[in-house]
Amino acid sequence: MEFKIANKAKRLTRALILIGVAFTGIGIALTWEDHNFSQRFMANGLINSFFFFSIGLGALFFLALAYATETGWYAAIKKVVEAVTGFIPYGIGFMVLILLVLTLTDGGHIYTWMDPEVVAHDKIIEAKSFYLNKGFFWIRTVVYLGVYYMFWKGFKRRSIEEDRIGGTEIHFTNYKKGALFLVYFSVFSSTSSWDWLMSIDVHWFSTLFGWYTFAGVWCSAMVVLVILTLYLKKLGYLPKVNDSHIHDLGKWTFATSFLWSYLWFSQYMLIWYANIGEEVVYYMMRIENFKFLYFGMFIVNFAFPMLLLMSREAKRHAGILTIVGVIILSSHWVDVYIMVSAGAMGATASIGFMEIGMAILMAGIFIKVILANLAKGPLTPVNHPFLDESIHHEI
Amino acid sequence: MADRVIYAMYDDDDVLKDGAKHLVSKGVKVEEVFSPFPIHGIDPIIGVEQTRLGIFAFIYGLIGLTLATVGMRFFMIVDWPMNIGGKPNFSYMENMLSFVPITFEFTVLCAAHGMAITYFIANRTLPGMKAQNPDPRTTDDRFVIELRASQNTKFSAAELESLVKETGLVEIEQKEI
Repeated sequence: MEFKIANKAKRLTRALILIGVAFTGIGIALTWEDHNFSQRFMANGLINSFFFFSIGLGALFFLALAYATETGWYAAIKKVVEAVTGFIPYGIGFMVLILLVLTLTDGGHIYTWMDPEVVAHDKIIEAKSFYLNKGFFWIRTVVYLGVYYMFWKGFKRRSIEEDRIGGTEIHFTNYKKGALFLVYFSVFSSTSSWDWLMSIDVHWFSTLFGWYTFAGVWCSAMVVLVILTLYLKKLGYLPKVNDSHIHDLGKWTFATSFLWSYLWFSQYMLIWYANIGEEVVYYMMRIENFKFLYFGMFIVNFAFPMLLLMSREAKRHAGILTIVGVIILSSHWVDVYIMVSAGAMGATASIGFMEIGMAILMAGIFIKVILANLAKGPLTPVNHPFLDESIHHEI
Repeated sequence: MADRVIYAMYDDDDVLKDGAKHLVSKGVKVEEVFSPFPIHGIDPIIGVEQTRLGIFAFIYGLIGLTLATVGMRFFMIVDWPMNIGGKPNFSYMENMLSFVPITFEFTVLCAAHGMAITYFIANRTLPGMKAQNPDPRTTDDRFVIELRASQNTKFSAAELESLVKETGLVEIEQKEI
């Protein structure tokens, strides 16, 4: 069945983009005079570029994981996953744009290690400058984004080819490429989060940071997948998707929420326990300036899925899944917001028109791109070797 | 009360499933199925209720959580305040983070053990309990459907027997209990 973007959805994305632009405009007008305006604007650009790019990336990871493990059940929703990965080229564009702006402004007070003035007076940054310098940063960034793009392109091409030709040859190519992607991703997910997010708090480091960011990325991607699947199902598309598929997606949301909470806690507890000055500074800054948001976000992301998605019925209930999904998705946005803002802005950060406006604007673009991707092809794979297994999926 | 039981034995789980479907479609109530392994999808066919083991797991988990919290507060804060690495040792809340891993482990321990024991009791398979299965071969490579005359009063014993024989069974046994 071909997907046609409903008028309602078109109106929604248009409204989101318009509200986003209006709010951003108001935000810019209100804070134009502030001394930290440019810093705040660029921090917002980084937050939203990373957040929405990472959702597409999380979906790509999920797709590669399914290829590498030869997963059968997800075949009926494969095109939904691929549609979400369709944001990757746009996400790459936004990431490159904001990172270019940041590099050209010597870090824009966000990546302070890009500023030669700061580095000259800072022994700690100087010691790290073999890794944290503009040239090497860009080499790494280009490699990450290039590799992600190549894999995305390949998966997409083979998916279309599979619909046309069928057979198992493409399946086994996907199997190999999926496994290869996981190898790259296992390294890049960590190092890219160090480069793009952790280097904002340049004096501080945590070896868990990459996994923690990745768990949040994965969870956000699963939430988007489950909401999108429910939306399409409600409109009568995806007739092959039954309660068991929804249940499995619900389980993934549940499990990745726990993975995220577990890693958040592991990082927090170890640093709290050791109580070493240069490590606790990261949390001191967050507790001093974002106490309510930081712990509130953790409690929401941990307790909401745990209590509301624990039972079997809840994971099959469209209403509960959607509400919990939207809430934890926005909480993961807050997570990224604090990751960036606490280091970049410190005490002067606050959520105002600009933050909300840019997030809504990006959400509008994100939804528009995904729906446009869905409309490009069939919603159920035609020749996927595991399609039959997926149609009879029952748990 | 005397009851008549029919045991129909099969040598394949798919045949048993089709047989059970056939019997249920004729209006026969299947009391129980014995199998060496779980047969996927048999529950809805013979009308087994959704298990409530998950709810019990949650309750056992809550008990574990409470026990761990109360216990550690008493051991480490009230009875003998422990100074570990100079952490605050006078209030539970301020020291809560150090107790989280143990609380978590104990919650899992209680939930898992409680669930396993409940499962054994519900199935009457605690060590030392008398085996419930009609034939030891159902723990190896045979599958058995159990029908009770008292639950199928619509049918006479002979009718029930002929219905069962329509399915692809390999052996049939009848007993008075």
